[in-house]
Amino acid sequence: MSKKPRLTPKQRARRKFLGSIALAAGVTGASLLGFVPVAAKRLNERLRPPGALLEEEFLAACIKCGQCVQVCPVEAIKLADLTDGFGVGVPYIEAREQACDFSCDGLQCVLACPTGALIHEVAFPSQVDMGIAKVVAPAKCLAVQGKGFKGLARGPDFKGKLRYAEIDRWHPLQVADHPYDLELCDLCVRQCPIEIQIADCAKEDEKKRESLGLVAKRQPGECPPKHAIELQPIDTGDGVKRMKPVILEGCVGCGVCEMICPVEPAVIVIDSRESREKSRGMRA
Amino acid sequence: MSGVTESLRVLLGGEPKRVAKKDLPQEVRELHEHKFSDKERIEAIRIELEHKKRKKMPEKKRRLRWAVLIAVNLLFVVSYYFDIQLLEGALTASRFAGFHMADLNSALQVMLAFKHVVINLLIGTTTIFVLWWLLGGRTFCSWVCPYHLVAEWAEMLHLKLREKGLAKDIQFDRRTRSWLWLLFAVLALATGYTVYETISPTGILSRALIYGPGVALVWVGLILLFEIFFSRRAWCRYACPIGLTYGFVGATSPFTVHYSLPNCYHEGECRKVCLVPHVLDTVIKGKAQAMEVDIGADCTRCLRCVDACPTGALTFKYKGLGDLL
Repeated sequence: MSKKPRLTPKQRARRKFLGSIALAAGVTGASLLGFVPVAAKRLNERLRPPGALLEEEFLAACIKCGQCVQVCPVEAIKLADLTDGFGVGVPYIEAREQACDFSCDGLQCVLACPTGALIHEVAFPSQVDMGIAKVVAPAKCLAVQGKGFKGLARGPDFKGKLRYAEIDRWHPLQVADHPYDLELCDLCVRQCPIEIQIADCAKEDEKKRESLGLVAKRQPGECPPKHAIELQPIDTGDGVKRMKPVILEGCVGCGVCEMICPVEPAVIVIDSRESREKSRGMRA
Repeated sequence: MSGVTESLRVLLGGEPKRVAKKDLPQEVRELHEHKFSDKERIEAIRIELEHKKRKKMPEKKRRLRWAVLIAVNLLFVVSYYFDIQLLEGALTASRFAGFHMADLNSALQVMLAFKHVVINLLIGTTTIFVLWWLLGGRTFCSWVCPYHLVAEWAEMLHLKLREKGLAKDIQFDRRTRSWLWLLFAVLALATGYTVYETISPTGILSRALIYGPGVALVWVGLILLFEIFFSRRAWCRYACPIGLTYGFVGATSPFTVHYSLPNCYHEGECRKVCLVPHVLDTVIKGKAQAMEVDIGADCTRCLRCVDACPTGALTFKYKGLGDLL
């Protein structure tokens, strides 16, 4: 150290000044690297929790606290790592691993969000716009092949959960504990939370009509106004009963169909791109 | 009020104002002249310091502070892990028993980027503002921020390496932090992204503790390495906008470290341990401008100086509570 020539106070001040500029530039530069994944539009493919604003607004409004993560009963929500750049600490859903099945009914993540990044105006699953399901490999679909399904949808090691309301209304259960035995595979339709809710509402209406002659009073959106998915028959002329899953207007992109699809990789997946770029977290 | 202005000026990076000897109040001048005539006292202090150095006295307040810091951060972890919903979220925003709290700097970033403030965020921000005003502002840094703790450990290592000549301490201009604060505010406003949150070691560490580690920890590791080998406590001293935000809050806080000139013999032990030694400029011989001085806004109230002072010249006090503490 002592070999170095002594610096004059002026030189020392200059050095300190330049060093400080370098430090500021380094810190700012490092933070701006966070723009790379955003600019690459890589994040727009992320499935965000229900009620998430437009991707740009969502990244701005999210305070990266994870309160949505903590309230989700099926633990569908994860926080992104630094590889998401500006999206670090922002929640997303990996539907194939664990979809949002609306087990919580009241959209707990939306209620938990302290900044309105998950828009507080959504109250019911049918109002959500996370994305839309797409049948990406129809030829691989068991129903299209006219096949049934017997066994565990995703194998014995699958960690995902679903609400099997007929078994337990309040606690989501392991998919791996619930074997199916279906003549024709209809898992994507059978487990669709929107379809289940439509059926439940119809049942409730029926009950009310029978006992009181009344129609149940509901808030708008409480019962999904439109169907999300159905199986439509296809005829290939070979006498085999075949059906194909068709996505309808009521699909909100929750991802349960993607999670439950027993084919590997999933025949049906959520496309969130359009809704991330156009929707403001809820349906018009 | 002039005290607050001066304190804010130093917080923003200004050099502490110095007054010519002849302009000091008379009682201060007289004290400076006579203080060192008590040779016995001076010798006693010298012996005590020698003793302290040899015996490595435990820093009790530091241990208490670490315990509090770890407890607060663990409360987040435990609350989530056992699903007891006591303290939900992370340090950036949370709910304590259902009541909203939002880190002031994170909230500021969101407000500037999103340009829209929902009522819950306003409640959370106000709560935290009042809380930290009452508790001393930058108290957040030394008593809660998880990065502060790892940086303190890194600092211990840094000091050991310095003794062996294996590390150096590059000094930067303290105004760098103010410029960065401004820059990150402007960036949030202009780009619409919470740019600072991307590299905030406070947020990254808090989330890593609660939700599990990730690649982001590499960034925190890099900052620590920089501090260990090149510049003591560089992030907290020269970069972190969170510290400045809480510094503003604490500028008028009733909780301060208090300096009493008559008890001080200017050994400088306090400045050696201080994260922000410029706030202790007043303890340098001949610098104090009054008999009693409140330490400025940049002070994190870590209380290490209180433990380090061999003569009890530094104490902490809560204005309005008198001697209750």
